[in-house]
Amino acid sequence: MFQVDKNISTWDRIKDSDIYHSFIKSPTAIVSSIILFIIFFCSFFVEFITPYNPFDPSSLSLMEAFTPPSWTEGGLAKFILGTDGQGRDMLSTILYGSRISLIVGFSAIIFSLILGVGLGLTAGYFGGKYEMIVMRLTDVQLTVPSILMALLVDGIARGLISREMHDEMAIYVLIFAIGISEWPQFARVSRAATLVEKNKDYVSASTIIGVSNLIIMFKHILPNILRPVLVIGTIGLALAIIAESTLSFLGVGVPPTTPSLGTLIRLGNDFLFSGEWWITFFPAIFLVILAFSINLLGDWMRDTLNPRLKK
Amino acid sequence: MSFLKIKNLSVDYPMRKETVYAAKGVNIEVNKGEILGLVGESGSGKSTVGNAIINLIDSPGKVSSGSVILGDLNIHKDPKNIEKYRGKKIGLIFQDPQTSLNPILTIGEQLIETIQTHLNLTKEEAKNKSVNLLKEVGIKDAEIRFNNYPHQFSGGMRQRVVISLALCCEPELLIADEPTTALDVSIQSQILDLIKKLTNERNLAVILITHDMGVIAETADRVAVMKSGNLIEIGETKKILTNPQETYTKSLVSSVPPTNKKISRFVIIDSEKKNNHKNNIKILNRWNKKEIIEQDLVQIKNLDKSFKDNFFTENSKNSVMAVNNVTFNIKEGESFGLVGESGSGKSTIAKMIVNLFKPSSGDIFFDKICITKIKQKNEMMRFRKQIQMIFQDPYSSLNGRLKVKDIISEPIKLHNPSISNSDLNSYIFDLLESVELIQKSADRYPHEFSGGQRQRISIARALATQPRLLVCDEPTSALDVSIQAQILNLLKDLQEQLNLTILFISHDLPVVRQMCDRIGVLKDGKLCEVSNTEDLFLKPKHDYTKELLRLMPKIESIYN
Repeated sequence: MFQVDKNISTWDRIKDSDIYHSFIKSPTAIVSSIILFIIFFCSFFVEFITPYNPFDPSSLSLMEAFTPPSWTEGGLAKFILGTDGQGRDMLSTILYGSRISLIVGFSAIIFSLILGVGLGLTAGYFGGKYEMIVMRLTDVQLTVPSILMALLVDGIARGLISREMHDEMAIYVLIFAIGISEWPQFARVSRAATLVEKNKDYVSASTIIGVSNLIIMFKHILPNILRPVLVIGTIGLALAIIAESTLSFLGVGVPPTTPSLGTLIRLGNDFLFSGEWWITFFPAIFLVILAFSINLLGDWMRDTLNPRLKK
Repeated sequence: MSFLKIKNLSVDYPMRKETVYAAKGVNIEVNKGEILGLVGESGSGKSTVGNAIINLIDSPGKVSSGSVILGDLNIHKDPKNIEKYRGKKIGLIFQDPQTSLNPILTIGEQLIETIQTHLNLTKEEAKNKSVNLLKEVGIKDAEIRFNNYPHQFSGGMRQRVVISLALCCEPELLIADEPTTALDVSIQSQILDLIKKLTNERNLAVILITHDMGVIAETADRVAVMKSGNLIEIGETKKILTNPQETYTKSLVSSVPPTNKKISRFVIIDSEKKNNHKNNIKILNRWNKKEIIEQDLVQIKNLDKSFKDNFFTENSKNSVMAVNNVTFNIKEGESFGLVGESGSGKSTIAKMIVNLFKPSSGDIFFDKICITKIKQKNEMMRFRKQIQMIFQDPYSSLNGRLKVKDIISEPIKLHNPSISNSDLNSYIFDLLESVELIQKSADRYPHEFSGGQRQRISIARALATQPRLLVCDEPTSALDVSIQAQILNLLKDLQEQLNLTILFISHDLPVVRQMCDRIGVLKDGKLCEVSNTEDLFLKPKHDYTKELLRLMPKIESIYN
């Protein structure tokens, strides 16, 4: 048998792959991932980037409140995007806020991914009554608008948690509320993919060898169904970040002491008609750019990872 | 003066890394009233040539040079010409009759539509013509069937309809791309006879693209052999098949399993002159070789399997009887063949033996113990270890996300958890070498291997548990004929040296004849007859067996 000797490193493998090449050839994918990288980097290392800490009251000066952006009349060079009603630098506040938004978004999507894929994979694999119950459950869940579901969860949680704990627990409640409303998508996609994979011969081969169901599901089937799951996961991430902002805007999200993007938009909303437009405008535009970039990247991933869409 | 002249035709596929030449300077001529067989293995460019004639090359491929002259017109000069000719002067038949008909139109509508696009006829005239065509291709009650939808026809009937569609505008050239590959052997011969008859009656020039040397031997007047885009040899069928000049053609012909005799090994003619010796089986020293005792290793008694739909899943009213009261034995150390057409239940029986399905009723005994009633997991594992399976499709039988060494180590570790790492590695290497793969293969992923190599990996995995019974479900039907010969040789060597018992399932009678000691013939879930291979081929008892033997394409027919 012919064999060619080749020692390829992982990096060479990546560089050789179709995904890499399709990435290089797609300006949308490159631009959106550069934007996302900058946003992620600035949000997670915000302490080292900005000179201001908006959560340290001693550094704030009410005298500098409502400073407009630097390029407008009355703007100060040290506050590029201006300040809000408490004299906090807008740019720093947005970056701190987007960190909260990203943490909530990622955690919620990972939570719903684990829940949805776990249920979908087992439902597709075992079939029968269990599958029917799980899938009808997702159908029921899908009839409830996700924002309503999140509000419901939030309301129940507020009733159960004592008042002092509210602010502390708010972020976890939020993650749970968003996560619980997103899982049916994952369950449906992973069940459908599992149904295809479980009839392939490699699964039969493992069964004949005597491999247990658990190992077949997680070692053999799971890696093979991850592609579509990752695609909807990316698009779901944008949805989760938007859901977080919506909930925070409605006042049931994270507390104003640790503002997320949604909270910032809500706080700024009060000043919109008194002329201080920048307080709500910049967080909003930041949210749009963030969600848009994630969606563009998700679209590119869907086109690349789905062999049926390939030309 | 030939009717169709293909001159110096090249087709290129510019890819990311390199340009793939699907056809390189191919010269073919076809006369009227003649069937030219175009054979080659997968990827040899035979379909590319067929598609290039009518300029149906998928993007990014393109015809880079050459001309196609039909009659006295160069049809590639003007792209509009080809569109006019496609369907009118040139008729096409594709492999899958399921997809070449539109399911939401009656066949009558499809025929009339095609006729009226190309010929200047009124609806009434077109209808008369269609009915006559349907009669000509052998569809009974053509007036009534005219208003039926494609799903109301069987596979063979549908292919007849496709042929009538191809003929409806009086073409002079017919291109048939694997027209019978999706059909069972009994229907295959009818369709081939029909093509032969039409060629004579209508004085057509026919290009028959196929991978099946038996079909070529029985149908084609001349044959062109292709390999990786090059035309290797072209000439009269009899001359090419009996006295091939090129090494490649020789190896192709010698790989075809003969239907009239049993040979001990396939002769592999390799241009590099190697590998024609018996395989050195490295795992022999680890193998717990069992002496063959004169006994039945597998006994199958009154096996039934019906597929019923229950309340919770999609329900249809009928339950399908896939296997119906099947009884047979497999002796230790023998190769038992199960043959039958698609839907005869042969794979279902295999899956029940390896315990993927439970039978509806009846028992399977392995080494005198009933394995269908085992409840305990430990007990089951003992049998899992002794019964292994090789699957038909080498592309779906290996998990693409695991390295070859992880695929092979899975059964070893599962049945021998205490094995040390170095021992495990050397065992994997021994297994790989036993199936003629090099040790470095262990660190590769399955997609880096060809179909035949994947099938070898599959065999290595099956051997890892040291089974006594190997169930082979159509192990070579997805492979090219020369690869098939290698894999069959390998299986024979392994069986001989490891004292394996093999259950060999196939629809391909010549292959079964080469591989098996005894054969059972299945039809619609029922066992027609079981007898020794030579008896079955020389004096078949059951009518169905006789029919199958009569219809199977015989490469030897060329000698008569």
